[in-house]
This record gives sequence, C-alpha cells and structure tokens, in this order.
Amino acid sequence: MKVVYKKPEVLKNINFHFCPGCQHGLVHKIIAEAIDNFGIKDRCLAVIGVGCGVFLYDYFDVDSLEAPHGRGLAVATGVKRARPERIVFTYQGDGDLAAIGLAETVHAANRGENVSVFFVNNTIYGMTGGQMAPTTLLGQITTTSPYGREFQREGYPIRMAEMLATLEGVAFSARVALCTPKQLMDAKKAVKKAFQMQIEGLGFSFVEILSSCPTNWNMQSLDAIKRVEEEMIPFFPLGIYKERRVSDVL
Amino acid sequence: MEKLFLRGSESLALGAIDASLKFYAGYPITPQNDIPEFLSKELPKVGGKFVQAESEVAKINMLLGASACGIRVMTSSSSPGISLMQEGISYLAGSELPAVIVNVMRWGPGLGGIGASQGDYHQATKGGGHGDYFVPVFAPYSAQEMYDLIIKAFDVADEYRTPAMILVDVMISLMKEKVLRRYDKGIKVKEKKWAFGSKKEGDQKIIKSLYLKGNDLERHNWKLYEKYQKMCQKEVLYEAYLCDDAEIILIGFGMIARIGKSAVDLARERGIKAGLFRPISLIPFPERELENLSTKCENFLVVEMNTGQMVHDIKRVVGKDHNIGFYGKPSSYAPNPEELYLKIKEYLEK
Ligand SMILES: Cc1ncc(C[n+]2csc(CCOP(=O)(O)OP(=O)(O)O)c2C)c(N)n1
Ligand code: SF4
Ligand SMILES: [Mg+2]
Repeated sequence: MKVVYKKPEVLKNINFHFCPGCQHGLVHKIIAEAIDNFGIKDRCLAVIGVGCGVFLYDYFDVDSLEAPHGRGLAVATGVKRARPERIVFTYQGDGDLAAIGLAETVHAANRGENVSVFFVNNTIYGMTGGQMAPTTLLGQITTTSPYGREFQREGYPIRMAEMLATLEGVAFSARVALCTPKQLMDAKKAVKKAFQMQIEGLGFSFVEILSSCPTNWNMQSLDAIKRVEEEMIPFFPLGIYKERRVSDVL
Repeated sequence: MEKLFLRGSESLALGAIDASLKFYAGYPITPQNDIPEFLSKELPKVGGKFVQAESEVAKINMLLGASACGIRVMTSSSSPGISLMQEGISYLAGSELPAVIVNVMRWGPGLGGIGASQGDYHQATKGGGHGDYFVPVFAPYSAQEMYDLIIKAFDVADEYRTPAMILVDVMISLMKEKVLRRYDKGIKVKEKKWAFGSKKEGDQKIIKSLYLKGNDLERHNWKLYEKYQKMCQKEVLYEAYLCDDAEIILIGFGMIARIGKSAVDLARERGIKAGLFRPISLIPFPERELENLSTKCENFLVVEMNTGQMVHDIKRVVGKDHNIGFYGKPSSYAPNPEELYLKIKEYLEK
C-alpha cells in the first residue's frame, strides 16, 4: 500500500484552536509540510508574533520563541546572528508585521537577514476582535472603521510583498492564497522556496499568505473564501515579486 | 592582571568583553556613543556580533532573540532610548532571559539635555515597563567599578535569568582612571541548558511570557518574586565610609558618592564627624544596612542630581522620626566638595 496522504510529522497530535473556516490552520499545515520536506524539524526555530497564530508552539514540535507584538523580525535577527546554523522563521499577522512591526520588518529585510517570514494577511486584527488593519480593504467595515475604510481618512491598504521586493536584501518575495487547488500548490511551492533560500544562505525570504477570518468578517466559511478570491486578490495580486538565484550573489 | 588607564565607558566595554559578551545591539544616542563605538571595533575580534539596530525598540528585541540562544548579550543607551526599551525589558523579565542594559543617564523629561544627570533612578528601580517584576540595578562610581560591576551584572543576569541594569552618569562614564583588568584571560560562562542550542529529537524548548491557563501566571509571578527575594539576601552591595562614629551621614550614589567622599574628608578635617553611605546595588536596595545605621545616627543628608527620587527610599527605610535632609541638583553642574561640605554644615546648624 502506498501512503498518499498523512499528517506532517512536525505537527503534534493536537487539534487547532482556530475558528471554523479560518485559514490559519491551512497555513500551519503547508509550513509543516515544507519542514518535513527538508527534514529540518530539529534545526527549525520559530519566532512567533502576537496574533491568532501565537500558539504555534502548541502544534509544532519545533523550538519556539514568543516575540513581543510586532518585534518578530528584530527577535529573529538576534536568534539568527546567535545561531546561524538554525533555520529561523517568523509567523506574523498583518497587524503585527505591517502596522506596529513595520520598521523591524523593513530593516530586517533590508539587512538581508537570512530568515524566512510567513505573513498571514487577513485584512484585520483577528485576535483583538476585528479592528481595522493596515491591510483592511477600502470600504471594509471593521469594529474601528464602522463606516467602511475610506482613503481620505484611513489611507490605502498596504501591499507588503511588492514593497519588500524593492529592497536589495530580499531574496524572495511572493504572495499566495489558499482558495483553489492551484493556489494551494503555488502556496506550497512558495513556502518551500522560502526555506530553500534560507538553507542556501541567499537572504531574506518572505511569503504573504492571503487568509480568511470568517469570525471577524461576519461571514460563513465559504463566503469568506469567496471574499478572498473576489475582493482580496484583485487588490493583492498573487505572484512572485522577487526571486534571487545563487548566481546572483556569486 | 593588566593595569590600564581607561575612560569609564571603555572600562565597562572591556569588562563586558572579558565577561564573554557575544552579542551587542546599539543605536546612537549621546552621551553613551563611545560604548557602541568601542564594541563595534573590539567585539568582532573575540567572535562576538555587533549590530547597529534601526531603533532602541528593535535592539532590545534583538537581545531577546540572541539571549534565548544562550549567549551573553548587552546593550547601552541613554535615557530616551531606555524609555523606548521598557516593553522589551518587561518581556525579558517575563520570559526569564538574561541581558545587561546600560543607561548612561542624561537629562529628561523629553529630549531634556545631554549633561550629567540622575533623573532615571525611579525609572530604573520602580519598574519602567509593565508588570510585576524587579530588575537588579548597579550604580558604579569609578572606572574600576564600571569594569567590576558590568561583570557582576552579567553574572547576576545569568544566575537569576533576568535582565540587569547598570545605571551610571556621564561623569563616571567619561572620567579616565586607573583600572585593574582582573579577568584579562576572560571569564568562562556556564552552558545554559534552558537555552536554544542544538535541538535533540523530542526535546522542544518554548520560551515565552504568555500564560493564559488557570493560575499559571500567578505561579510565574511568584516565581519571579522569589528570585527577587533571593537577590535581596545575596546580591546587596554598598559602601559605608567613616559611618561608625558619624554624627551625620551623607547618602548618594554614583558620582555624587564620589564627590561626597571628598566632602566627608573636608568635614572631618574641619571637625565635623561626617560619614558617607552609598548604595551600589539600587535593586536590591541595601535596606538592612541602612536600617542598622539609623539606630546609631540621627542625621542623614541625601544628595542627588534630580529633584528627589532615591530620598523617598531612604525615608521609607530609615523612618519618619529621623532627620532626613535633601539637597537636589537637577542641572548638569554637579556640586563640588566644598558645596557639599557647606550643605552638611548648614544642615547641622539647623
Ligand atoms: C504593544 C501591543 N499592542 C497591542 C497588543 C494587542 N494585540 C494582540 S494581537 C494583536 C494583533 C493581531 O492582529 P494580526 O497581527 O493581524 O494577527 P491575526 O490575529 O489577525 O492573525 C494586537 C493589536 C499587544 N499584544 N501588544
Ligand atoms: S479570529 Fe479570525 S484569524 Fe483568529 S482564529 Fe478566528 S477566524 Fe482565524
Ligand atoms: Mg490579521
């Protein structure tokens, strides 16, 4: 008999706590599969941002360090400088990475810190109950933009994958989604690529993952997935924005 | 043991290297710039890493990451930069991660000024960051103590798994003096089993400060408190100079103690039996020692380069029935020995 599907080995036998229909769980799974793929479970060190993903260490059997809200990439810088042999990744939300932690993110990227970043963009502050994030779409109603986000008042949603791709220190920057089998395959490839870049020492690798938050969007699970496709992807186009090759740095 | 002639800041940085510092993150701010400048040159020579961060917020978190990996980490800054790091210091305390933070104080509040100050006593000793924790604080008063106390701070930080602080003023930091380099062969640091090293199968390490379940947090906070209690038993440092027969005791820390010693000598020459008490560890505070003195001496004169901060701790310990005078100098101009002598005389005549 051939095994065609199994739970990634790096994941413990514990159920996720995420709300029904939340894609954080799927993001966990594709990261776990990539870790299995490279056989780097014991080399991995997770730096975890504050948001709905904060309990990552409960599910992953990897060494884990909790960062203060937004400071993931400063913490990861310290870890990687101290232990360059470890495979260091951060797991951060859009409030964490693109609002309070923007400076740490941009500067770690610009220094070309050899770490991988998994950035879960759900256009909202999930953990604190659905407030407006820097990624919140125009017109989107949140608990702190009750009239809908308006650019004259709140500015525009921020596109991180494109922004970081402009920096010399960045080896890889991509945006993916998880709504269709094709998107899922591309997402898996991008996550693997991010680890690959780090293993080869090419520099900062960044994967933005568009993700649903049915709870704070006040939507049914399937409607939330539809929203990612119909509203998020048009503003946050999927694709690889930068990919460095070994020959680029030789 | 090498004998050197060093600025306080160099002495401190050299002490850090001898204490086996392996990671330093800095950000420019006057008047502590000579510390990162020295370490950017010297640290890489001994296999340490130097990073210039984008902000104090970032650098304290870089320390958090590197410290979790079990190496000795440090940063230095001046007052506004220390304010920015308070969240990180709270996280270090909560996550039980050792780190050494040096504050070469300048004037505040706000941008304040860059001259010698002791305005951050409250911030350093009464928390600064959020939550229920204590950070050990040491106040050097010579170039030699800059060397000795930075080493002490690293040892205490490791022993208790806590951030530790050096609180110093710019005069001590810039003054050039003789320094005995006691550990010129370096200090060997014990391996930290709790830290991220190379992971073994099935041995997951989690370093965090979030405790949501049941009364985990309560237990955690009592554990932090017990560490503080232990420090109070074992880590108190102070100097009592000519206090035994003193009719008046001057109290000050850092450079005020240095100047105070000369003032006490002057007073003795002129027939006043003065003494000096100086806390060297501000946390843990030398409470018992001060209490003992208060049974022998009635008169205390507290001198600080601020409008009165440590004096509140002295009043708390010594009690209201004592005569506690205060002379504050919230300006960049430190008092000279003659000035302090006059204050002693004035106080006794009152
Ligand atoms: C300094 C600080 N400010 C605010 C918070 C409160 N807080 C906790 S999680 C969070 C943001 C969560 O949003 P996001 O990063 O987008 O993650 P999500 O939950 O949406 O995955 C905030 C603001 C905090 N913990 N620390
Ligand atoms: S609040 Fe949103 S992001 Fe958080 S677990 Fe629930 S659905 Fe997911
Ligand atoms: Mg979010």
